[in-house]
Amino acid sequence: MDDLLREFLTETSESLDTVDNQLVRFEQDPNNAKILDNIFRLVHTIKGTCGFLGLPRLEALAHAGETLMGKFRDGMPVTGDAVSLILASIDRIKEILAGLEATETEPQGSDEDLIEKLHEMVEHGMAAMSAPAPLVASASAAPEPAAPVAAIPVAEGTLVPQTLERALRPGEVSLDDLERAFQETAIEVVAPALVPSSAPEAEPRAASPKKEAKEASKPAAKRPSADLEVVAEGDKIANQSIRVNVDTLEHLMTMVSELVLTRNQLLEISRRNEDTEFKVPLQRLSNVTAELQEGVMKTRMQPIGNAWQKLPRIVRDLSGELHKQIELEMHGADTELDRQVLDLIKDPLTHMVRNSADHGLETPAERVANGKPEQGTIRLSAYHEGGHIIICIADNGRGLNTERIKAKALQNGLVTEAELDKMTEAQIHKFIFAPGFSTAAAVTSVSGRGVGMDVVRTNIDQIGGTIDVKSVAGEGSSVTIKIPLTLAIVSALIVEAAGDRFAIPQLAVVELVRARANSEHRIERIKDTAVLRLRNKLLPLMHLKKLLKIDDGTSSDPENGFIVVTQVGSQTFGIVVDGVFHTEEIVVKPMSTKLRHIDMFSGNTILGDGAVIMIIDPNGIAKALGASGSASHEIADENAASRANAAEQLTSLLVFRAGSSQPKAVPLGLVTRLEEIAADKIELSNGRYMVQYREQLMPLVQMAGVSVQTSGAQPILVFADDGRSMGLVVDEIIDIVEEKLHIEVAGSQEGILGSAVIKGHATEVIDVGHFLPMAFADWFSRKEMRPSQSAQSVLLVDDSAFFRNMLAPVLKAAGYRVRVAPNAQEGLAALRSGQAFDVVLTDIEMPDMNGFEFAETIRADQHFGAMPIIALSSMVSPAAIERGRLAGFHDYVAKFDRPGLIAALKEQTAELSRAA
Amino acid sequence: MSKEANMTSKTQIAEGSVAEYVTAMIGGQLFGLPISRVQDVFMPERLTRVPLSSSEIAGVLNLRGRIVTVVDMRARLGLPKNDDGKPAMAVGVDLRGESYGLLIDQIGEVLTLADDSREENPVNLDPRMAKLAGGVHRLDGQLMVVLDVDRVLELLPTQLAA
Repeated sequence: MDDLLREFLTETSESLDTVDNQLVRFEQDPNNAKILDNIFRLVHTIKGTCGFLGLPRLEALAHAGETLMGKFRDGMPVTGDAVSLILASIDRIKEILAGLEATETEPQGSDEDLIEKLHEMVEHGMAAMSAPAPLVASASAAPEPAAPVAAIPVAEGTLVPQTLERALRPGEVSLDDLERAFQETAIEVVAPALVPSSAPEAEPRAASPKKEAKEASKPAAKRPSADLEVVAEGDKIANQSIRVNVDTLEHLMTMVSELVLTRNQLLEISRRNEDTEFKVPLQRLSNVTAELQEGVMKTRMQPIGNAWQKLPRIVRDLSGELHKQIELEMHGADTELDRQVLDLIKDPLTHMVRNSADHGLETPAERVANGKPEQGTIRLSAYHEGGHIIICIADNGRGLNTERIKAKALQNGLVTEAELDKMTEAQIHKFIFAPGFSTAAAVTSVSGRGVGMDVVRTNIDQIGGTIDVKSVAGEGSSVTIKIPLTLAIVSALIVEAAGDRFAIPQLAVVELVRARANSEHRIERIKDTAVLRLRNKLLPLMHLKKLLKIDDGTSSDPENGFIVVTQVGSQTFGIVVDGVFHTEEIVVKPMSTKLRHIDMFSGNTILGDGAVIMIIDPNGIAKALGASGSASHEIADENAASRANAAEQLTSLLVFRAGSSQPKAVPLGLVTRLEEIAADKIELSNGRYMVQYREQLMPLVQMAGVSVQTSGAQPILVFADDGRSMGLVVDEIIDIVEEKLHIEVAGSQEGILGSAVIKGHATEVIDVGHFLPMAFADWFSRKEMRPSQSAQSVLLVDDSAFFRNMLAPVLKAAGYRVRVAPNAQEGLAALRSGQAFDVVLTDIEMPDMNGFEFAETIRADQHFGAMPIIALSSMVSPAAIERGRLAGFHDYVAKFDRPGLIAALKEQTAELSRAA
Repeated sequence: MSKEANMTSKTQIAEGSVAEYVTAMIGGQLFGLPISRVQDVFMPERLTRVPLSSSEIAGVLNLRGRIVTVVDMRARLGLPKNDDGKPAMAVGVDLRGESYGLLIDQIGEVLTLADDSREENPVNLDPRMAKLAGGVHRLDGQLMVVLDVDRVLELLPTQLAA
């Protein structure tokens, strides 16, 4: 049997089982919206699935039933007659499914009777309620084999085995045997061998299985007993894979954990008694246990590709049905996740792909009119990030219609006009997840009833995941699902803080650094903020025990410690722990509901030695890191959604005072080191202040109004590049803060980019680019200059004014013509304006459309398909690079890696000219 | 008292019905837990404290492969910490599929008591205890406070440790 069909039957019969119970309650309590919703969803799913499986009869019936139930959801009163009608429809669906299971095709027959009644009920609304009951009753009595399926003996055959009026032909199977086979084997095992049917109409279909049967048992082929062989063959297939209840696996898992604990105890005992004869068998037991544990864990993991299997066909059929050209791209199909999670996201994924195809993508004519290629793309990707599994469904269609969502939200009473005015576009887009929300003007058979996103949200919530939608009008939309580790097995680093052990998901850990007072890596302090110098970058540090408020006061040496360098999204920080043990594969168990409010933990687990330990949530730590800087200046309460948004674009800023009393700031990433130099070390040479620093003469640059100290220590910020350093003299270093860098007032003064509000104070953000040439006039220009006539042009897209202003001079100095764009949309506009660019340089973390989406859009455009794109990001990890490669980036450069950037540019443009 | 006795008759399910209680000592007071709610009684071993959690949560532990959240009943009842050095015991209860352990000083016998001998909480009962108590039984020589397990587990996440 066709895989898809088999899957459909399995799923539907499972759902039907659930709904059976609900139906009874529905009859008793017809106005219970929840029960109605559940039945509605089932019918909706059936309708959707059979649309592409080519089952018109089921589809028509389900569609009619759904329409009626939609009316109920909209408030039409539910009457007894209506309930009977729905029950009759469900019964009929079951019948058709039974026929389908037996013959692989829909039984012939007409459901017009029911469909008509369903329509009537809808159209006449209240009026139809009084329609003659007997008619309905006769329809609800449909289960009688004679009714709609009478035309086909096969379908009937499963009910009345002895209808065959001739002897079995060779290779055919008696209906009784078939029946028995069905009962003895699980649904998945309804293998090809079971297809042969005795119905005369089924002859052509039966041909191939017949052949199989012959091959399987040549000598027996001419005898009616061949059916036995056929069944035997079915058994063989059954043995290769079986459906196992997840609960069984869960139980198995628990038992294995118990076994591990017992083994560990035994090992402990044998360690104490040196020469025991148990030693060898114990060792064996130990190995076997480890293997068993691994095996059991494996049974639960499945690649996400399993959930994607039926999507290509859905998309293909949809593109025919909707007359759109749709391409489905799938990335990361081998990302493994827990079977239980997989099951729960299957339906949401299908819904979202259908939504994208139906609502998201435009018709070819519209696309051409908008300057897009005729073919629309739906892109599915899955990858691990920071201990989560991220699944993204993106299309390059028209994006969400904000106005229509607004109107619908108002109409549904979800929000008031005044509230709407205050909402950002992203917040408005979130309404699509509200129950009963559909903006599609026309209800098509594909989607647009407002169940889809509702179902999606429910399923994702169930597994504690989050879902987010992003949309750019005219460029497309993307839905990102983030599923936490819960239920999954992860590798974790076991660390110690204040005597307790904790697990940190390995996925978030970049590296481990041992900090010692007298080594290159030591923990330094700026006021109360601990930082670590790591490869010319300052890394903010957090002490785990302080974060968890379990500091026992024994923190001996503030300069020593183990630092777990952790990355969450674009944030990198160090977690200081007292000790690091080892890594261990752990089974994440959800936290008790009484503890789930603690952000710092994502779950807990039982270690091999039987102890329970908490799993640190790096996201929670990142949040605390952002908040701790602001402890003294409480930021006004924003709603959680916008805070989460802001967190993605936080920049670490070094706040200092120089010249005036007003604080100044510079992104920490640009600063190489912070130094305090004894005033007597500062020398005046050639009219400039210099200091001997690391066996080099480092020029000091003063900001306007700053005087060099004559005694004591002089704080300076060191900027280094390519072996040269310069020191910027400042009065006082105040703090390091995590803040969204948003320059509100452009600077009029030399060396000041502008003013921004940082921790509640107006702060001047300095332009490092202005000071660097003051130390070395050739700071930017010494990089090989290119002759200007052949200057290549670069499109620089970055939402941060700071980086635009910072990088543009660097690029210009390196001999490129630069055009800047503050966001992806303007970048696209610049590309489409006809100006020729040799290379695109883009930031990754941008609002509305991020760099990945930007790159995908460019790649999808036939005019720019070959344009080299370089990603510029502070988020450089193997996973991010891989993600970038998938999105179509040619290169991936860290934001502050100027030499790397120039090298990458040269390489890309050189390749281009070679190709030309 | 007779007035209160009259009031209890309202909550009575049926004439002459009885209930079984597992008794436990907490801070010198005898408590009774409905036996239908008690899964098991165990010695809490290898208790892992949970940083940032409510002070009423003693920690989590592994009981035959299940992670059990242990509630410190003394803290829950507003009683001082136990300092007699005797190991604590825990009563295992389930709530909505999750396992909890209630930390007690000492486990006692199982008593079968008639429902109609249960009396309302005295009005002057310590409010923290009154919140968790579902009535009082007068036994020979002492009173047994019936613990309402559901209310004991109504821990608010906002009760953070200082």
